[in-house]
Amino acid sequence: MTQRPKQIHLAAHFPGVNSTTVWSDPASGSHIDFSSFASLARTAERGLFDFFFLAEGLRLREHKGRIHDLDVVGRPESLTVLSALAAVTERLGLAGTVNATFNEPFELARRFAALDHLSAGRAAWNVVTTSDAFTGENFRRGGYLDRADRYTRAAEFLTTARELWDSWTPDGRPQPFAHHGRHFSVEGEFTAPRSPQGHPVVIQAGDSPEGREFAASAADVIFTRHGTPEAGRAFYADVKGRLAKYGRSADDLKIMPGVTFVLGDTAAEAQEKATEIRRKQVSPQNAILALEQVWGVDLSAYDPDGPLPDIDPDPDSELVQGRVKIGDPFAVAAKWRALSEAKGLSIRQTVIETTARQSFIGTPDRVAADLTEFVRTDAADGFILVPHLTPGGLDDFVDRVVPLLQERGAYRTAYEGTTLRSHLGLREPVWKG
Amino acid sequence: MPSLHLAVAIDRPDTHDAAPYLESALLAEHGALDFVTLHDSFARPGPDALAVAARIAPRTARIGLVPTVTTTHTEPFHVQAAVATLDWVSHGRAGWALDVSATEAEARLFGRRRAAPREELWQEAGDVAEAAALLWDSWEDDAEIRDVATGRFIDRDKLHYADFAGRTFSVRGPSIVPRPPQGHPVRVVDATAPQARETAARYADVALVRAASAERADAARAELRGLAARYGRDPHTLLVFAALDVDLGGGEHAAEPGHGGGPLPTAEGPAYRGGPVDLAELIADWHRAGAVDGFHLTPAEPRRDLERLVNGTVALLQHRGLFRTFYPGSTLREHLGLARPVNRYAALTGESA
Repeated sequence: MTQRPKQIHLAAHFPGVNSTTVWSDPASGSHIDFSSFASLARTAERGLFDFFFLAEGLRLREHKGRIHDLDVVGRPESLTVLSALAAVTERLGLAGTVNATFNEPFELARRFAALDHLSAGRAAWNVVTTSDAFTGENFRRGGYLDRADRYTRAAEFLTTARELWDSWTPDGRPQPFAHHGRHFSVEGEFTAPRSPQGHPVVIQAGDSPEGREFAASAADVIFTRHGTPEAGRAFYADVKGRLAKYGRSADDLKIMPGVTFVLGDTAAEAQEKATEIRRKQVSPQNAILALEQVWGVDLSAYDPDGPLPDIDPDPDSELVQGRVKIGDPFAVAAKWRALSEAKGLSIRQTVIETTARQSFIGTPDRVAADLTEFVRTDAADGFILVPHLTPGGLDDFVDRVVPLLQERGAYRTAYEGTTLRSHLGLREPVWKG
Repeated sequence: MPSLHLAVAIDRPDTHDAAPYLESALLAEHGALDFVTLHDSFARPGPDALAVAARIAPRTARIGLVPTVTTTHTEPFHVQAAVATLDWVSHGRAGWALDVSATEAEARLFGRRRAAPREELWQEAGDVAEAAALLWDSWEDDAEIRDVATGRFIDRDKLHYADFAGRTFSVRGPSIVPRPPQGHPVRVVDATAPQARETAARYADVALVRAASAERADAARAELRGLAARYGRDPHTLLVFAALDVDLGGGEHAAEPGHGGGPLPTAEGPAYRGGPVDLAELIADWHRAGAVDGFHLTPAEPRRDLERLVNGTVALLQHRGLFRTFYPGSTLREHLGLARPVNRYAALTGESA
């Protein structure tokens, strides 16, 4: 008897405010108009995707003390867009990134409960945290959390939200709640009955040991970024191995890396397109900017087609604001220099080579085979696809790759349930009233 | 005679699904009403009003959508971004009914601060309105340039820091959301409570007053417009609506003998009880007297009364030529005859150029 291959989960990321998006392409539409969101979401639903994923911005990034102007800047507020998308989609999960640092549990639990009710059980919350005072300048709270407290607050935030979601009895009677902890001291009555999914699906992104532990203890989906099947398998084994101590099984947490893809009729054509896209993503200006983000010093005098600078990075630089730092600047600079010297790469070529996400490049058949293999070998449970164009960036994938995944038996041919939990094969949380 | 404006509450206590709200909004849109309101409060069961408004936006085409969003325990930056986004997803039909959370019970839901007197909370609501307006202007309308030659997506000289510092919060800006289609979504304030009047006069596009007679409504409007002028506003940019609870059950005419079509004062405010025809008379009379710019009506029985209101009262007003039969414009500001605000930063740039 042949066993059904492990099923792939797919989600779509609305391309956001980073250099992934090729805004200079004539096919690149608005990043604000609702029609762009509706169009991409409908394509994802046509492709039977599990969910549609929106990132969040709380302050515009700055570079050298000025607003960053080279990439897409600005976006609408996630939960409001997702509520509207609930009106123009039927089955697609609706996932919003919302910060646990600059929100309060009562209000946010209420907003996600509303989204779950209004979408008949399709809501997901990607829990993120911030530690920088730069972002805090837009909020009553200000910037006050150190790194260590980010996850303790986020964990308590999520615990509190779940207490609120559980505070109505399953037959629809409100019961008072009270949570008195280190970060939150709240009590009263929640305003919404238990929502169709019990609790909205919880997504978490983060690769630090604290982030992995938080995901293993509390998340339904982990959004990752791992460049190779080997790194993916190591991460997968590590995170899934952390579940047992929380009384959870391997199926209770889905691992979904964010990936890009480029399709062509031949391998050579796909590779050529991929190269062209990378060059558009990393314009000469963007190459210098990427370098300055690592070095932390003004490098505008350097030629993007010339060699890397031989000066040292400034580790205490505040040249870049509002962006997650890539890592230890000395180590990154050393790695980039070594690569540049070994391959004879210019600044721009080095940035192109080092800043690529995991990408699947090739014919539809090749990409379908690679995705299937990635999942079959437990390097992931599925993927969050990040197209480089909006709103048409998923069309090719849905039209050409999805049918091949279905032929392989590795992907659904129809939605089996109506809720996001059912798409992901997640159990409804037990009511703990 | 100036245009008559009509708005209606579509609140459905205990309903968390979208369908009944959508049904009501479509009915109100069928009557060419200016806007529907969705009340909200953290203090009693009910869905997030802004989420409901966003959920019904793509399924409606013209009707204005005005959810209550409170200002006491929320983050002003999030509030302005959400309201601006409602304007984007509705193509310029968003409003925002400002309100405060004054009780200790509401404060305990958040655990951040104690309850404060209403005067202070309404001052803070004014600060939130001010900060929101600055943030809505923080992007000039033409900030996105997509200039391939220089590699610039935006012209950052057309983005501005709000740098608002109030008594309880400060916001740096710019907004994360580009300037919404209406420039500023329409702000609505219930100015019945004396503590809310200054904020209404200063920041509202539409103020609601609960008045039991045309004379009282007229007096309230005169007071609000006087205050607005003191704040340097053109008082005619502040529309004042009479807010009435309406119970249209029973026959075609006033159900209560001696009611005479006028609202009765109740503990909750003036309530109209009678038939749709008499309500049309009342609206026509008050409007003819020049006492109000419009009415905000709250049905006692959501489904029944809204149906009677639209198919009875509104149809009659339309028949008499007192109310529009179609929407000549597409945005809520256009329905209300309010101009799209000039961006204060663009105006400055223009002056200096």
